[in-house]
Amino acid sequence: MNLTLKVWRQKNAQTAGKFVSYKAENISPDMSFLEMLDVVNESLTHKGDEPINFDHDCREGICGMCSLYINGHPHGPKRGITTCQLHMRTFHDGETITIEPWRAEAFPIVKDLAVDRSAFDRIQQAGGYVSVNTGGVPDGNAIPIPKVIADEAFNSATCIGCGACVAACKNASAMLFVSAKITQLGLLPQGQPERYRRVQSMVAQMDEEGFGSCTNTGACEAECPKEIKLTNIARMNNDYFSAKLFREEEVHEQNH
Amino acid sequence: MTLDAKIPQGPLAEKWSKHKFDLKLVNPANKRKYDIIIVGTGLAGASAAATLGELGYNVKAFCFQDSPRRAHSIAAQGGINAAKNYQNDGDSVFRLFYDTIKGGDYRARESNVHRLAEVSVNIIDQCVAQGVPFAREYGGLLDNRSFGGSQVSRTFYARGQTGQQLLLGAYSALNRQIHAGKVKVYTRHEMLDVVTIDGHAKGIVTRNMLTGAIDTHAGHAVLLCTGGYSNVFYLSTNAIGSNVTAAWRAHKRGAFFGNPCYTQIHPTCIPVTGDHQSKLTLMSESLRNDGRVWAPKTVEIAEQLRKGTLKADQVKEDDRDYFLERKYPAFGNLVPRDVASRNAKEMVEEGRGVGGSGFAVFLDFADAIKRLGEETVKAKYGNLFDMYIQITDENPYKQPMRIYPAVHYTMGGLWVDYNLSTTIPGLYALGECNFSDHGANRLGASALMQGLSDGYFVIPYTLGDYLAKIGPKKVDTNHPAFAATKKDVVDHVNKLLALKGNKTTNEYHRELGHIMWEYCGMARTEEGLKKAKGLIQALKADFWKNAIVTGENEEVNASLERAGRVADFIELGELMIDDALMRKESCGGHFRVESQTPDGEALRDDENFAFVAAWEFKGENQPEELHKEQLTFEAVHLSQRNYA
Repeated sequence: MNLTLKVWRQKNAQTAGKFVSYKAENISPDMSFLEMLDVVNESLTHKGDEPINFDHDCREGICGMCSLYINGHPHGPKRGITTCQLHMRTFHDGETITIEPWRAEAFPIVKDLAVDRSAFDRIQQAGGYVSVNTGGVPDGNAIPIPKVIADEAFNSATCIGCGACVAACKNASAMLFVSAKITQLGLLPQGQPERYRRVQSMVAQMDEEGFGSCTNTGACEAECPKEIKLTNIARMNNDYFSAKLFREEEVHEQNH
Repeated sequence: MTLDAKIPQGPLAEKWSKHKFDLKLVNPANKRKYDIIIVGTGLAGASAAATLGELGYNVKAFCFQDSPRRAHSIAAQGGINAAKNYQNDGDSVFRLFYDTIKGGDYRARESNVHRLAEVSVNIIDQCVAQGVPFAREYGGLLDNRSFGGSQVSRTFYARGQTGQQLLLGAYSALNRQIHAGKVKVYTRHEMLDVVTIDGHAKGIVTRNMLTGAIDTHAGHAVLLCTGGYSNVFYLSTNAIGSNVTAAWRAHKRGAFFGNPCYTQIHPTCIPVTGDHQSKLTLMSESLRNDGRVWAPKTVEIAEQLRKGTLKADQVKEDDRDYFLERKYPAFGNLVPRDVASRNAKEMVEEGRGVGGSGFAVFLDFADAIKRLGEETVKAKYGNLFDMYIQITDENPYKQPMRIYPAVHYTMGGLWVDYNLSTTIPGLYALGECNFSDHGANRLGASALMQGLSDGYFVIPYTLGDYLAKIGPKKVDTNHPAFAATKKDVVDHVNKLLALKGNKTTNEYHRELGHIMWEYCGMARTEEGLKKAKGLIQALKADFWKNAIVTGENEEVNASLERAGRVADFIELGELMIDDALMRKESCGGHFRVESQTPDGEALRDDENFAFVAAWEFKGENQPEELHKEQLTFEAVHLSQRNYA
């Protein structure tokens, strides 16, 4: 296959970026999208030009590092997969492919197609955990959990933190990402003691990072490579309002 | 220097308890006077950072990814072993210990392995308490499945994403300590050297991968939790970024490297399709619970399958050879990885391989789907089947999977004593980064166990003893040793940046991989290894003459990062060859063609090779010196492994 790529090139967050066109030639349909970019980068390197910078690591759809916005879709046109799982057989010979970084104020550009997603880490640090120290915990089978609850918690826990939900959202909202962790821990008995503190702390941090609000469009759900459901957001809203209206303990912003 | 493994005295089952009592403690008020540096945030690094932070130490944790959550532990699929005996099927600490020692072909240290089996049960409790959503039965209790090399069901799992869930558990514990101010994380930082003062590790030199800033960090101890070196083979199931640089630089500063040639070739990976391929994808060993491995009985049928004139599901039952079930009736498809891999290779060499290239055998779920129904199979393995469909464009619910062995894990690593200390005092190695617990072959679902064991339950005890002994006197980066080491790093970076030849570092890496796979892969011969040594030396010389590195230091520069890693892999490759040449026996994943039983199984030579090979760096382009740690076995009787 021969393709034309329109790639966003930007030296860093301080400089302006622009689209640059490249030819991708002799591409095998069995290549992954990232392997196609490898081929382009190899030829750029041979010419002494600077290769295109993009984030990637495991290349099997689980680390959440890859992050390309391809032809207007985070992780490309197919559903339920990451960019590294996208194969060139999805495209046809002669096609022009537009490749951009995630675009969101809370995700500043690092270089070219890579962005800074540390805001996600800070939200998790604000409360995405069960406060137990190592050792001194009960036996694993001392806490029976109904299988349906465990499975549902697992579905939320599969979030890979890639940021596709933010990139897909017209408001650059991080609600799907935040709600996935809140739902996982909110469903499980281990998460109950801190359930209402957690939701308040994480939502406060999310707001502070500059993510937009949710308007229930559902683009996040449609583009999520792990198919995290919009119902997670409903659960988060429920917990958040419960916490603010009915729970005695109100958590104010801390440590800022 | 003589190697002292510091194995505690006393009966095997009491060693760890007794040792914990004998170790010195640091009192709670003093802990905050100690600074600990942890490199890598996978299962070992994240669990250690969280636990040491909880205890009160000041921790700095470093990772090259953009978030600690992305370390490659995240990709582990199948499960984690623990001797809980929840299934009432005869498991015990001793059985897990025994299976692991035997699975490792009697080349691991008994005391370490027993400790690992002991703490395995605590790991499950810890993870459950963190909210890790393990698979459960309808009664609400934890579910188990089986893995290779064992006859009990002791593997805990979270669908085919166990590593992800365990790592996110450790990451959440780490986040809690970051929030509490006890751990500071440095993402997109690469460790490029370790700083020693009077022979003790006192800090590291890092490169900020965003700005190029080369910085020094001081601490009372340094923990390397940087994973394995499978990417020396270029194609492996490791992440693209997984590298040996931190461990290798530590090796060059005096940390001995243990058993470098012990590499694990995993039997069930998706076969290579072409030269463009950048990595290989594993299909979890758990699939061998329900999938049956087979190859066509005759070369003629195999040829038709390769040409596509015959489809796998059209091959008659009588024309199929379920070779693992035939040769190993007791363990069947669940023989250990090294055994399964070698048998697949044998099929291919006999001309019975399938797939376009002929480098594959089948893993067939037709029987399981008939027995359990498609829905049940989907619930157990759905995400793995989906991965397979994405990569191959074939449907494993309808046609058997094509699988072939690929490099997956390295049992070798930095040599450590019972306390996980390398030969540099104050420098520790945890998880896959060390050589310790898996001998010459790791059993499935044991890597996650070891990473978390080292981080949650071993290092918090053993590190305290060292810290109590050295005292809390502040380590200062103004010490001249920091400036000197930093200068070495800057010089090395500049040397790389000056390379403006005609071959990309990726091309060198691929060439190195071809050499390693061909001569130091599933079967090794003296002749081949000798040839490989020459090829690698030539490759190294060529690299430093003709490689291309683009850009400059003061920016995001993937080309520079890659170049440094490939340069280190080339050096490591040569040491692996030396180690494989020296070890004239076969054991576990190390198969020397000259040493096999009449049935073609690995033949050990216990009289001459029941030792750990620990290699000491003696200077650039100098032969390394071999040190031997003799292995003694009290609790198990050494025998030829038999899975029939």
